[in-house]
Amino acid sequence: MPKLLEIKNLSVGFETSSGQFMAVQGIDLSVDAREVLAIVGESGSGKSVAMLAVMGLLPKTATVTADSMSFDGHDMLAMNGRQRREIIGRDVAMIFQEPIASLNPCFTVGFQLEEVLRVHMKMDKKARRARAIELFKLVGIPSPEERLNSFPHQMSGGQCQRVMIAIAIACNPKLLIADEPTTALDVTIQKQILDLLVGLQAKHGMGLIMITHDMGVVAETADRVIVQYKGRKMEEADVLSLFESPKHPYTRALLSALPENATGDRLSTVADFMKHEAESAGAAS
Amino acid sequence: MSEIVLEGRNIVRDYHVGGGLFSAAKTVHAVKGVSFKLEKGKTLAIVGESGCGKSTLGRILTLIDPQTSGELLIDGKAINIARDRVTSEMRRKVQIIFQNPYGSLNPRQKIGEVLGEPLLLNTNKTAAERRELAMQMLVKVGLGPEHYNRYPHMFSGGQRQRIAIARALMLSPSLLVLDEPVSALDLSVQAQVLNLLADLQDEFNLTYVFISHDLSVVRYIADEVMVMYYGEVVEYGTRDEVFSNPQHAYTKTLFAATPKSDVDSIRARIAAKKAAA
Repeated sequence: MPKLLEIKNLSVGFETSSGQFMAVQGIDLSVDAREVLAIVGESGSGKSVAMLAVMGLLPKTATVTADSMSFDGHDMLAMNGRQRREIIGRDVAMIFQEPIASLNPCFTVGFQLEEVLRVHMKMDKKARRARAIELFKLVGIPSPEERLNSFPHQMSGGQCQRVMIAIAIACNPKLLIADEPTTALDVTIQKQILDLLVGLQAKHGMGLIMITHDMGVVAETADRVIVQYKGRKMEEADVLSLFESPKHPYTRALLSALPENATGDRLSTVADFMKHEAESAGAAS
Repeated sequence: MSEIVLEGRNIVRDYHVGGGLFSAAKTVHAVKGVSFKLEKGKTLAIVGESGCGKSTLGRILTLIDPQTSGELLIDGKAINIARDRVTSEMRRKVQIIFQNPYGSLNPRQKIGEVLGEPLLLNTNKTAAERRELAMQMLVKVGLGPEHYNRYPHMFSGGQRQRIAIARALMLSPSLLVLDEPVSALDLSVQAQVLNLLADLQDEFNLTYVFISHDLSVVRYIADEVMVMYYGEVVEYGTRDEVFSNPQHAYTKTLFAATPKSDVDSIRARIAAKKAAA
């Protein structure tokens, strides 16, 4: 059975004044339906850029190359803009890091949610409103009939993220990409949002890609993990074996940067760790 | 018994909102009677979710906002900025670092000027002295003299937070209020900044008030922990007391919400998922 999303040898480069900058270099990646894949790395490791390339959301300065990129049997490389737009937003949806920044401040959240239903599902006005209320209930927004008429600034960050999730799952996507969905949120709200995402994923049999830098979030949600560093894949493993016996030094470095794993009175940073690894490798050879 | 740097006695802060053309006046009780004592060289962590009043308390401690009632004592001296003018001597004692380092740096100001400005406003040092001190401080926070003439956008998030820390330390304060200083940073950068804060505390014998919602960070850095919930202190004790034996239901909720990354809890989660499928 083919995978839901399968990418081979994806590279993304940006034209800069000092020549080509490669943000992603030869990443292979696949997600099954009903699977939670986490992509972990520091900022600048190219984890968001790889997913934006799949969504076709990169600016014109970016050049995307891949040996193959297929989603649900469609070859995404051969698609033109129109065909791509039919899939993006309906079958593949994405949630971004800053919910308040990703909503349009000039329109009510209800309008923005119903817009998706209008464009992709061609629903009439009554059906849209009913579905919008249903979706708000699903993501746990209290008194949905009234909240649909709220503007983004009238809602808290956690509520806005729920609206974003409602918009993303409005058309029952097969794949949901969540780019740091909880980084801007409090721990208690983070827990609620993560539970909501994983719950929806299990209920609807979606594929879910979680992009994060937080190993704690990975431990709480993922089935399988890809560790990315400077645009390259360092390690890929199922979540248990990654935490039990991380193979790559960079993975160990990320794990040791978690404050609860602090040994003694200093936290080890990734830079320290890589330096230490390089030294011990040098001593061994 | 070492000296008490900071003491709060029943601090209250109310905000009056509305009352204009469109809405009736309302009073928000942001901080409802908070008392604490903090010794020199120690770290007090204030924990709570957004809207619980922890940042409001931080602003009162840094002499930005006045308290509505209650007493604030810094170095044993009572201060109420609603009544007294803040002297530059008081300003020098307390400094604050905010969550978003990019938002708290002026994009048109070079780093050298950022660091020199507190000295310009609060001391009589000459330009050459200010420059010299700024250079020294850059080195102390792990940057270099070559960064003196750069602008904030040329730095990464972690470096910007280092600049914010450097600016706060320019006046050699005894008390530093850190309002979520690492929650906008990546984990590995967070580790670097936390290490830096620990080093600086040892070097300058600084007292920290560390505002955060992340319990794993608090456990690493704090000596004492105060948990706030809707403007009230629901738990206050040493780190070990609070972490080993949380009393209040809200503290327990916080612990339950913190992601667990040990192998056993991952195994339990996967088993639960298999059972549900």
